[in-house]
Amino acid sequence: MEKLNFKLNAPNRARGTRAQAIVGVVASGNLEVLLERVLPPDVCIIEIATAAHGFGAVWEAVVRDFVTRRAAGGLRVSVNDGGARPDTVALRLAQGVRMIEEPEA
Amino acid sequence: MTLDEVLAGLFPNGSDITLTGGIVSGKGFLAGDSQIHVLGVAQGLPLGVDEAIALARRVIDIIKSGDQTPILLLVDSASQRMSRREELLGLNEYLAHLAKTLLLAEAEGHRTIGLLYGGSAAGAFIATALATGKLVALPGAHPAVMDLPSMARVTKLPIDVLKAKAEATPVFAPGLDNMVRTGGIQLVWDDSTSLAAQLAAILGQPAGQDERDRLGAARGGRLKAAEIAERVTSLAVNSPAESRRV
Amino acid sequence: MTAATANTSSLSWYEAGARQRIDALLDPRSFSEFIGPEQRETSPHLPIFDLPRQFDDGIIVGRGRLGGLPVLLAAQEGRFMGGAFGEVHGAKLTGLLRAARMLGQNVLILFDTGGVRLQEANAGELAIAEIMRAVIEARRAGVRVIGLIGGRAGCYGGGSLIAGTCSSLIVSEQGRISVSGPEVIETNKGVEEFDSRDRALVWRTMGGKHRYLIGGADIFVDDDASAFRQASIEALQCQARCDLPMIEAEQRRLERRLKHFGEANDAVEIWQAVGIDKPAEIPGLPTEEYLRRAADKRENADDAR
Repeated sequence: MEKLNFKLNAPNRARGTRAQAIVGVVASGNLEVLLERVLPPDVCIIEIATAAHGFGAVWEAVVRDFVTRRAAGGLRVSVNDGGARPDTVALRLAQGVRMIEEPEA
Repeated sequence: MTLDEVLAGLFPNGSDITLTGGIVSGKGFLAGDSQIHVLGVAQGLPLGVDEAIALARRVIDIIKSGDQTPILLLVDSASQRMSRREELLGLNEYLAHLAKTLLLAEAEGHRTIGLLYGGSAAGAFIATALATGKLVALPGAHPAVMDLPSMARVTKLPIDVLKAKAEATPVFAPGLDNMVRTGGIQLVWDDSTSLAAQLAAILGQPAGQDERDRLGAARGGRLKAAEIAERVTSLAVNSPAESRRV
Repeated sequence: MTAATANTSSLSWYEAGARQRIDALLDPRSFSEFIGPEQRETSPHLPIFDLPRQFDDGIIVGRGRLGGLPVLLAAQEGRFMGGAFGEVHGAKLTGLLRAARMLGQNVLILFDTGGVRLQEANAGELAIAEIMRAVIEARRAGVRVIGLIGGRAGCYGGGSLIAGTCSSLIVSEQGRISVSGPEVIETNKGVEEFDSRDRALVWRTMGGKHRYLIGGADIFVDDDASAFRQASIEALQCQARCDLPMIEAEQRRLERRLKHFGEANDAVEIWQAVGIDKPAEIPGLPTEEYLRRAADKRENADDAR
């Protein structure tokens, strides 16, 4: 497994009040994303464990784009990756922030 | 040890036991006029629907007799019988039924002791030895979930790599030591001393709760199971019924 | 919340993930999880094989309500490691069943599993044994343990043995139940014994329609979450017993099956012997027509299990 960690300044504070959300599944070509609202609102930490080695630069591009465009401030985002393509990663991250915005059940 | 040697060692006072088509059935005579029911799978037999239902019938007859006499289950089997016929007929129901009869016998007051003296694997192991209240083994017994060559095929790892990994953990590779360390087998008997005395010692212990996960933790072979199970039980029992969703 | 307010839209049970199934099955907003993913109780063994872990180890356990009644629930995620039982995965279900016995609360198990996880085979095998014992002890205390089977991974290996200890099973056509999987039989006994690529053979030998017709499952439903929900509410009414008369009835039922169908070579022969009209048509029938033909003919386990 390769572990990657990114601590980024987040321009957009995560919306909603839910404490956490989880989307996706660890399977071939797929990933799970756990989001927890535990950080200051201008910070986003993304921790990745991936089965595919040597893709650090691709991950960095995807997560920087995610934090810039989505409301991810205040979130600790943990990823378990089963070898997903970058577009799948971006989709799951977007689904994650949408889910944590949903009203508390 | 062969079945005859095992029986001779267990029952110096004699026994009345038959072996038919790999199925063991009868009674052993213990010291002081007491008896023990003896059932089992022998000769490395695979366990299919016919064998499972025959053994289950014997266990039910024992429960119905109401004699509260202990049951000794001798096991030297292969895995479940792998065939189209078995699955067509619902082998899972037959194996589960056999396990249920053994668990029911215990609940109805019969001590159930498993003695693994040969091989056993996968569904056959679960439905027989692992469904008894206490499981012991003789040196040379060889339990498995799956043999290493098959495991290598399924996990797509070279067998040498698997063997190297098996040195580091008891959690996946076949073998008696691993099943002892993970808590599945309570005790390995000493085959150089009296089997009868060792059986008497086990029968002298009180029947108890399922402590295999704690045993696995104490022996360092299965560190998480007991803790996780206890935490879930405690959360379910102690948390308010209408707790908020996270 | 009651049944009437829940899940109106249709959701394929087969396609859905474990968390989606829970949301669609239980009364809205009633579920709370024990040891959720934020606890990160992952498998300690998968790293040995350089395999990725999942935060819930492929099973979700918790409590909720179904038709207003409190239930305990476990749901396997068949897409992660084939829903297989590892040490943590199995222990979560064991702990839940032990709680069920203490609380006297019914349990739903949403099976979706290939059996024991080979990378932690000994721990998985022992977990199966511990779970089966815990199921029977819970049933002896008057708890119903209901199995739901219709996921991608089916219910194979040790999972199928656990299913065999349940009080009642709900199955869809996709719900395959078998100890040895098609590939396992073919690998060990040859393609003449079982051709695992013959999908029609797999479905009619192990699939939900066959299991329901021979009494291997109690309720047959469409591949739809709301159908599983309605059936689960119904199954909570099944008898909560596990005593000698019931086990004797089970023995008679299984002996009768061997006597009547033990020589059959194919499921269609068995369906013919059961008395099903035009048995060869069974695999292609929609649920309503299938249930119509099965009614009053199928073997059942109503007094057994």
